[in-house]
Amino acid sequence: MSIEVRNVSKQFGSFQALEDVSLDVEGGALTALLGPSGSGKSTLLRIIAGLEWPDSGEIRLAGEDATALTTQQRGVGFVFQHYAAFKHMSVRENIAFGLKVRKRPKAAIRSRVDELLDLVQLQGFGDRYPSQLSGGQRQRMALARALAPEPKVLLLDEPFGALDARVRAELRVWLRRLHDETHTTTVFVTHDQEEAMDVADRVVVMNKGRVEQVAEPRELYDAPANEFVMSFVGQANRIGDAWVRPHDLEVVLEPNGLTREAQVARVVHLGFEVRAELVRDDGEQLAVQLTRDQAAELELERGQIVYVRPTRETVF
Amino acid sequence: MRKYALRSAALGYLLLVLLGPLTMVFVRAFDKGAGALWTTLTDPNTVHAFELTLIIAVIAVPLNTVFGVVCALAIVRRRFPGAGLVNAIVDLPLAISPVVVGLSLFLLYGRTGWFGPWFARHGTQILFAVPSMVIATVFVSLPFVAREVVPTLREIGDEQEQAARTLGASGWQTFWRITLPSIRWAIVYGVVLTTARCLGEYGAVAVVSGNIEGKTQTATLRVQDAYENFNQAGAYGISLVLAAMSVIVLVAMTLLRPEEEAA
Repeated sequence: MSIEVRNVSKQFGSFQALEDVSLDVEGGALTALLGPSGSGKSTLLRIIAGLEWPDSGEIRLAGEDATALTTQQRGVGFVFQHYAAFKHMSVRENIAFGLKVRKRPKAAIRSRVDELLDLVQLQGFGDRYPSQLSGGQRQRMALARALAPEPKVLLLDEPFGALDARVRAELRVWLRRLHDETHTTTVFVTHDQEEAMDVADRVVVMNKGRVEQVAEPRELYDAPANEFVMSFVGQANRIGDAWVRPHDLEVVLEPNGLTREAQVARVVHLGFEVRAELVRDDGEQLAVQLTRDQAAELELERGQIVYVRPTRETVF
Repeated sequence: MRKYALRSAALGYLLLVLLGPLTMVFVRAFDKGAGALWTTLTDPNTVHAFELTLIIAVIAVPLNTVFGVVCALAIVRRRFPGAGLVNAIVDLPLAISPVVVGLSLFLLYGRTGWFGPWFARHGTQILFAVPSMVIATVFVSLPFVAREVVPTLREIGDEQEQAARTLGASGWQTFWRITLPSIRWAIVYGVVLTTARCLGEYGAVAVVSGNIEGKTQTATLRVQDAYENFNQAGAYGISLVLAAMSVIVLVAMTLLRPEEEAA
C-alpha cells in the first residue's frame, strides 16, 4: 500500500516539528526516515499512523485520503522504540491482541500466534511475560504483535534504538529478510545513518522539519543534495568551499606541488580501515580514511609530517 | 547505630500514636466481658447504625470509584485548559473541615437554600435523612481514588494505549483491556482508603443527619452518643467493630498485593 504525504505541517507550541513536508512512499518498499533528533522524523511517522494530527496537509493511504481516519481505522502496524509491551499480558496474549479486538475465531488466533512466534523465533516463550524477556526479545514480540493483523503498512519508530549494538545488527538483518519475504510497505525511523543505509531501499533525510533529500543509499552518499546531507550521511571534511570525504584525500610522504603539509594528530586502527586525524599547516583539521595497507606503507604515526591532497571534491 | 535509632523512633511513634489508642479500645471493649459486649452490639439500634453505615458506604464507594477513575483519566490523558484547576479542586475535600461541608449542605438543601424548596415541593426529604448523609459522605471521600490513580497513570504513560489503538482497539476496548488492568491496584488502594473514610465519617454526617437513633444514626454517631450517655462499654464495643473492619480491609489488601507485584 502506497503512502502519500501532502504539504503536512505540525507545530508543538512554538516548535515547528514539520514544515510543509511532502513525500511519496511506494507500495512494498522499505523506506528509512533518517535525521538528527528534533528533525521531525518521528512526528511524521506518528502522523502517518494517526497517532498525531497534522495542523495542515493530507495523508493518503493506497491513494485514498486518510487524514480524517483514526489510528484504529488506518490499519497500520506500529512498533515503538520502547516496545510498548502490554505488561499484564503474556507474549501470546500480546501477539493475539490485534486479532482478539477484531473478534477473530479462537482457533484462527491460536494458529496465527503460533506462526508468528515461529517467525520471530520466540517459540517456547509464549507463556512468559514481557518482564521476563530481554530487550531484543521484547522488540521481536512487539513486531509479531504489529504483524498479527496483517497490516498493509508497517511503521517502526527507532525500533532498535534501545538495544545494544549486537542485537541491533541482528535485528536489522532480520527486518530486511522479513521485508523481502512479506513485501509489506515498511517505514522506519532512525538517527543512525549506517542503519538506514544498511536496511532501506530508499532513505528520506530530514532536518528541522523538512525533507532534505530522498534517494537510494548509494546516491545519498555519492550525490548528496546539499551540505546538510553531505555532512550528516557519512563523514566529510570542509576545506574552504569544498567538501571532501575522508577516503577522497590522498596522503603522501613527499610534497608534489599540489599537496599541503599536515601533521598526524591521531591514528586509529579499525581492522581493515585506518582512520587518521591530520592538522594542516593552517590549523585546519582533516579526517582521513585509509586502508590498512596504505597506512602500513606510509608507516603512519602520531607527530609525523605528511602531505595531503583531495582527489574528489564536492562544492554546493 | 543511627539506623536502629531511626527505626525505634519511627516504631515508637507508631506505637504511641496509632497502636496505643487502638489497643485501649480493644481492652476496654472487653472490660465487662464478652457477654456484655455481645448484648451491646446486638442492640437493634446499634445493628441499624451499622447497617446504615454500610448502606452509605455501598452507595458512596462505587460512585467515587467511577468518578475518581474518570477524573484521573481526564486530568492525565486529556490535555485541556484548566486540568490543573480540576486537579486542585479534587483535593478540596481533604482541605475543608467535614463540619464545614455539613454546614454548607445544610444551607444548600435547607428550607431557604438553593435546592431545598425544590425537593420539598417534590416530597423528597434530603436533610435529616439518608440522601444528605450519602451526599456528605460522597463529598468527604471523593479524592482518594483519583489521588491514587493519577500518579499511576502518569507513570505507565500512554504508549501501551497508543499501541492498542494501532492494533485496532476502540477507545472502550483500550480502556478495558489495557488501561484498567494497569491501574487496578491503584484503584483497589483508592477503594480501600475511600471505604475507610466512608466508614469513619463523622463531622459532615453529624451536621446533616440530625442523629436520630434507629433512623439516621450511623455507627460513628452512635459511638459519640453512647459515650455521652455514659454507656462506655457500648462506645468501645462499636469502636472495636469499626476498627476491626478497617483492619480487615487493610490486611486483605496487603495479602493480595504482593502476589500481583511478583508476576
